[in-house]
Amino acid sequence: MILQVENPVVEVHDLTVSYDRKPVLWGIDLTLPAGALVGVIGPNGAGKSTLIKAMMDLLPAGSGYVRIFDKPIGQVRNRISYVPQRESVDWDFPASVFDVVLMGRYGKLGLFKRPRKADKDAAMEALQKVGMQGFANRQISQLSGGQQQRVFLARALAQNADIYFMDEPFAGVDIATETAIIELLRTMREQGKTVIVVHHDLQSATEYFDWVVLLNLRLVASGPTEKILTQQLLEQTYGGKLTVLTKVGELLKKQEFPSRER
Amino acid sequence: MNAFWIILTGSLVATCCSLLGCYLILRRMAMVGDAISHAVLPGIVIAFLFTGSRESVPMLIGAGLLGVLTTFLIEFFHRYARVQADAAIGVTFTWLFAIGIILISVFAGQVDLDQDCVLYGEIAYVPLDLWITGGGLSLGPRTVWTLAVVTLLIILFIVLGYKELFLTTFDPAYAAAIGISTTVWYYSLMTAVSFTTVASFESVGAILVVALLVAPPATAYLLTDNFKQMLLLSVLAGILASAAGYYLAVWIDGSIAGAIATVTGMEFMLAFLFSPARGILIKRKQLQPVQH
Repeated sequence: MILQVENPVVEVHDLTVSYDRKPVLWGIDLTLPAGALVGVIGPNGAGKSTLIKAMMDLLPAGSGYVRIFDKPIGQVRNRISYVPQRESVDWDFPASVFDVVLMGRYGKLGLFKRPRKADKDAAMEALQKVGMQGFANRQISQLSGGQQQRVFLARALAQNADIYFMDEPFAGVDIATETAIIELLRTMREQGKTVIVVHHDLQSATEYFDWVVLLNLRLVASGPTEKILTQQLLEQTYGGKLTVLTKVGELLKKQEFPSRER
Repeated sequence: MNAFWIILTGSLVATCCSLLGCYLILRRMAMVGDAISHAVLPGIVIAFLFTGSRESVPMLIGAGLLGVLTTFLIEFFHRYARVQADAAIGVTFTWLFAIGIILISVFAGQVDLDQDCVLYGEIAYVPLDLWITGGGLSLGPRTVWTLAVVTLLIILFIVLGYKELFLTTFDPAYAAAIGISTTVWYYSLMTAVSFTTVASFESVGAILVVALLVAPPATAYLLTDNFKQMLLLSVLAGILASAAGYYLAVWIDGSIAGAIATVTGMEFMLAFLFSPARGILIKRKQLQPVQH
């Protein structure tokens, strides 16, 4: 079931991405609505990260195109933000928490300009939003996993973008951080931002997202959460993966997919 | 006066090498400096064959272009042939260096160059090659002028591109997502490394260049958690090594370049043992109270 929307913020048309000439994403066709919390869900190796990277043109697409705000991505870079996987950077890098969050302002500053007071204020405000203002001068190697994730989130917030791509922001973080992040995402949705989140936990997915993209090398489904997280579609997505299937089974036994909470 | 010129030359080389080295070691590309300093040999020979002179400028251009080609080939083999980055570095630079040696041996009669002078360069000869104007005024060693210009350009490059270099080094994927070209900054940095290497090793030799590209930044990395401080400390460590190395060489009556490289190694050992941030003997444990 692939539902399309009118006036999408993201439009992906016939997207194929290959590594080493071996396709890892096939013919993805989807549209995403504005102001939604979108979950990209699927088993390991399903191409979830690849999909959001290809959407941002960080990976070359074999075919197809992506339009964001109805424009080619090159024209809307300043409205896009990205929260990469935590493990993708070296946390022993000689930088403070504040240095990293201030990076969120670099795109808007442009070449040769140094961050001004307004940029520093914005970075500090972003740190406050994630509850890390007391850590501004802390060296980044001294942070816990959850704190690292909050710093990455603060950097994205400092950008004040319109659309956010987040790669596994809930992976390996403590409960407090997870709650703080989801609260923040909901606030962002209320402000009309679109947030696209790669997520691997089915249980929380029903509660967190209003739109779900089910992926397993091909696009299995895309639509409002309550229509998409069904037994049939989940089996199609996770089919053949035994351990995951039992998890799905347990989930389905409960037969409770509460309609999303606000 | 000779001591002054030699230490000044060493300090200028140390300044630009250490600054660029900070970016290289954080990108895990320290050995690229080694690769470039060897791979530019054919460029130097070809520039010499074309111009027939040992003027610095054509040499710099020939070798600089080869340096950029080297980084391009390394990236190309790594990305498209899918060999490991270190294997790509190893294949590229040994191959280009070998071509340089063949060129030298084939044109031996015409080329007043040999691999020893390229690899080991002799900083002690710096004060001999003076720049004397038409009016007979001596302006000091030619190399010092070349190196001063290169150092100024490198400092300018790092000041102007500070935030882009910082971001593309720390988190290239994020930089690309917000529209800062990682490719442009990667090749700009590599071009800077190429020209620095080439301008430096004529006077101090490839081995000292490699030592200065890696050891002072690694020392500074152990001493601080702040990137700007790391840049400054690595320059200080490099300049200190140049001065101390010179006097060490005078004292033992040995190679100056060798002595400077030795001092950089000793600085690293000291930092490794006694650094307040990461030393193994003194550990200031980072258990600061959590503030909210």
